[in-house]
Order: sequence, then C-alpha cells, then structure tokens
Amino acid sequence: MHNKTIARISAGLASKEFSSEEVTRAYLDRIRQLDSKLNSFITVTEDSAIESARVADARIASGNAGPMTGVPMAHKDIFCTQGVRTSCGSKMLDNFISPYDATVVTKFKESGAVMLGKTNMDEFAMGSSSETSFYGPVKNPWALDAVPGGSSGGSAAAVAARITPAATGTDTGGSIRQPASLCGITGLKPTYGRVSRYGMIAFASSLDQAGPMTRTAEDAAILLGVMAGFDERDSTSADAEVPDYSASLNDDVSGLRIGLPKEYFAEGLDAAVADTIHAAIKEYEKMGATVTEVSLPNSHLAVPAYYVVAPAECSSNLSRFDGVRFGYRAEDPQDLEDLYKRSRGEGFGPEVQRRIMIGTYALSAGYYDAYYIKAQKVRRLISDDFRKVFEDVDLIMAPVSPTVAFNIGERTDDPVTMYLSDIDTIAVNLAGLPGISIPAGFAEGRPIGLQIIGNYFAEARILNVAHKYQQATDWHERSPDGF
Amino acid sequence: MALAREDVEKIAHLARLAVSDEDIPAYARDLSSILDLVEQMNAVDTDTVEPQAHPFELPQRLREDNVTETDQRELFQSVAPSVDGCHYLVPKVIE
Repeated sequence: MHNKTIARISAGLASKEFSSEEVTRAYLDRIRQLDSKLNSFITVTEDSAIESARVADARIASGNAGPMTGVPMAHKDIFCTQGVRTSCGSKMLDNFISPYDATVVTKFKESGAVMLGKTNMDEFAMGSSSETSFYGPVKNPWALDAVPGGSSGGSAAAVAARITPAATGTDTGGSIRQPASLCGITGLKPTYGRVSRYGMIAFASSLDQAGPMTRTAEDAAILLGVMAGFDERDSTSADAEVPDYSASLNDDVSGLRIGLPKEYFAEGLDAAVADTIHAAIKEYEKMGATVTEVSLPNSHLAVPAYYVVAPAECSSNLSRFDGVRFGYRAEDPQDLEDLYKRSRGEGFGPEVQRRIMIGTYALSAGYYDAYYIKAQKVRRLISDDFRKVFEDVDLIMAPVSPTVAFNIGERTDDPVTMYLSDIDTIAVNLAGLPGISIPAGFAEGRPIGLQIIGNYFAEARILNVAHKYQQATDWHERSPDGF
Repeated sequence: MALAREDVEKIAHLARLAVSDEDIPAYARDLSSILDLVEQMNAVDTDTVEPQAHPFELPQRLREDNVTETDQRELFQSVAPSVDGCHYLVPKVIE
C-alpha cells in the first residue's frame, strides 16, 4: 500500500480497489511503527484522519470525488489548522491551537484530502537542517545520522520514508527544494504569489511561498492544482489563472533550451553532485533538448542579500509574538517590558533570536540604507540576471545543494556555514521564480536532487520537464532501507 | 563589522529579547560573522540601481470598503494567556 503514488491511490479509490479508510489506517500504522526513528511528525491527528477518510469514502461513493478525495497527506506545522496545535516548531507556539485554517489547509479540506498530521520543521522555518525545532531534530531516512535538510525536513523525511504519500512545505530560501534534494523526493517551490500565504505563519513575507512535496512530478501537479490560485486574504496573491498542471505533463521536450549557469558549477560544488547533474542533463539531450552555458553574474551576492532581507522581514513579522494575545508567556512578569522580553527570550530558540537581532540591527536608525536598501538593490541585480537569461533559454538547470545530506550536528556551530547550505536555492526566492528539485542520483547512499528553475508562472513547463525525466529514469522510485 | 557586548545589549533591547549575560559573547561572535557575510554585498556598485522590495512591483490591491469579517473575539481570545472580558491582561502599566 505505502509504495503507491497519489495518482495510483486516487485511481484505486475511484475503482473501489480499496477505501480511503483502509489507506489512511495503513499510513497511520506506518507513522506509529516508523516515525520514532525519524521524528518527522510533531502532531499525528489520528482520530480526525479516520473521520475525514469516512467522509471521503461517502463522497467517492456518491460520485463526487476529485483527485485528492480520500488521499492521505500531511501539512508542515507552519500552516494554521483549526482546532489542531500549530507550533511552527517553536516553544513559542507549543500551546497554540489555531482558531482558523490557512487557505492551503481549507483548499485541501475542500478537495477531500485526509490530513494525517503536522510535520516537524526548523523553528519558524529558520534553518537548513531541521535541527532548530523545539521538538528535536528530524532524521534523514536514507542515513539516520544525517539531516533531512530544512526547513521542511519533516515533510521531506516523511514522504521519503513513505509514511505519508505527500506533504506541504514552504520555501523562503530553499526550504522545499533543499530537503527534497537531501531526502530524494520531488519538491516544488512555485512562483511567489502562486499559492496563498494566508494562515501560513509568516517568516519573510516577500519571499515565503508554499508548495507540494511528493514522490513524483505527476503527484506535485495534482497537489499544486489544489493549492494554487488567487486569494483575496493574501495581499500579494497572484491574480493569474491556474492551468491544468496534469494535462501538459507528457508534452514533448524536444527543442527545449536548457541553460546551465556557470556560477552554480564553480568551486565548492561536490564532484559527485556535479557528475550527477551533468548525467541528468545528458538525459535531456537524449530527449532532444539543447544545452548552453549561461551566466548569473551576481549569484555570489544572493546569500549576503538574503541574510538582510529575510531577517529584516522576520524581525518585523515576529514582533507579533509578545506574550499577550497568543503563544508562550513568561511566568511572573515584573512589568510590561519584562513580559515582552522574557516571553520572547524564553519562547524563541537561539537561531530565531539571532535572525531577529540581525534584522533589528539592519533596520535600525543609521544602518537602514547600508544594509536594507543595499540588499534590495542587490535583489534587483539578481532578478535582472534571471530576466536576461530567460530571453535565451526556457529553463535553467543546476544543483539544489552543493553537497549531499550532512551529518546531524556537523554545521550547527557556525551559523554562516549553515547559511551557505542554501547557496544554490536562495537567488530563486529573491527573484520570486518557481523551481523544483527532483531525484537524480546518489553519492555515498545519500540522494542528490536536480534543480529546474523556470520563468514566472512556468510551473506547468517545469512539472512537464520533471515528469519526462521521471519517465526515463527510476531515481524517484528508490526507497530507503528499513522504511 | 565586529559587534561589542554593548551593541548586542542594545539590539536585544530594541528587539525586546531577554538575553542572558553568559549568552552575549556567543551572540556577539555569531552576529558579527553574519554581518561579515552580509557585507560581501559591498563588493558591487549599486549607486544607479533602484531597490526592489518585492518580486512583482505591483501596487497594493484595494477593495471596496465593506465589512468582510465577523466578530470572533471569543474564539480568538480562547488562545490568549490572560483575558478579562474583551481585554487582554498585562502587568500594570500606569501607576
């Protein structure tokens, strides 16, 4: 049961081969048996999952089912879920039972999908290894001493271990693509604004974007079709039509123009990762694609600019956590300032506090122009680099991560070393472009992802090109031993 | 940019974060190394570049001035640490 894709589960439900309750129970059993090895879930919603599965079975019987009706899935614990704890991986929200649903959650509920639970993550999505969670680190199912990547590491590990067929994630600087790469699954970060941010706990609002984490591009197309669309509750939601992402999956890729940005293949890229990416690109050449080298000359400025923009926005967004209206409150506050300071000092972990302080500093009087305005100018240079390249090529291909999954604890001593884990993903967020990671090989038994970056709203083309690769290769079908 | 103890104390105060004395040296070291990373931006001349705040530079969307939200005070206050009627309770601020 657990080796089925969403497309296959959906077909089996439609043909009455099995019921949603049976599939749901099978996955709940796997979570119960296996998640103690991974720590990929923060909350498992067993009772409500069975209840939703029964409702879905009735809907299927009445002939009113969509592709997600009765299909189990999980949500990253950054999405507000009414009546269910929404912790964002933080002590600050350990006691927070959301009074409302995120738009993404509402859309999946309406589709009839069954929520199995909420997945573990770096605290407030700030991290590249899922080690900063209040609930402890997530393990990579391919190597239990390795990180799954982050911040959507719980979602990635759970999908890779087949304890959920799919999960949602969010990507502010690589938090869908990098864990997808490190766990050997498919993870799509859509165009900024494509999926509503309403009810998705804010980290950096000009960068945050939700997307699907699945085993195949075909499944990602199904999930994106549910998630995407205009939402008046998100002030930067894109008012653009949602195409049928599944309809174009098999389109021909001959004549596709692929650009390889030379900066992404420079020093620092692990040789085994480079070989894997080049081998994947050869597959596309066999299918009739043409490959040219391109340049994104300001790539080296992406991480520095990001670590102004993202912390600045985070320091502003996280000012809402004040111990007054929701979340953690310190004991016996002496006065209002003490209440604020100790609630925040005790409720946030060290990485979150570092980023709040960097952002506060960058936005403070006398430093605003030198840091924040400068970073916004660099952001434009980075966006313009992509704009120019997309005049000549259809898609960009690159590594997702310069290395395979690193070991737990290996990069926690120095924040800058950890930040550089996202060197190949961050520019895409600054520009607001869509990108996917798909499994393309292994080194030392640890997965390697291929990144495919498209122009604005080119998700259908990205999914099509990813699907064609998955038709020609079987990397996405590999599963880790013991799961 | 190397931050001193006093810089970290000032930033922590602005951010309303209680940082313990023994944690300040580590924060000073980490924040300084993050700022060193960030300052690599200065290698490029951006004098003639317009700042970009957002991927799509569209004007903020406006809507009709109609009531679209219902009163859910009790629901929203149900997750607050301390309330009294329609008030959120905090330590006394006016003597």
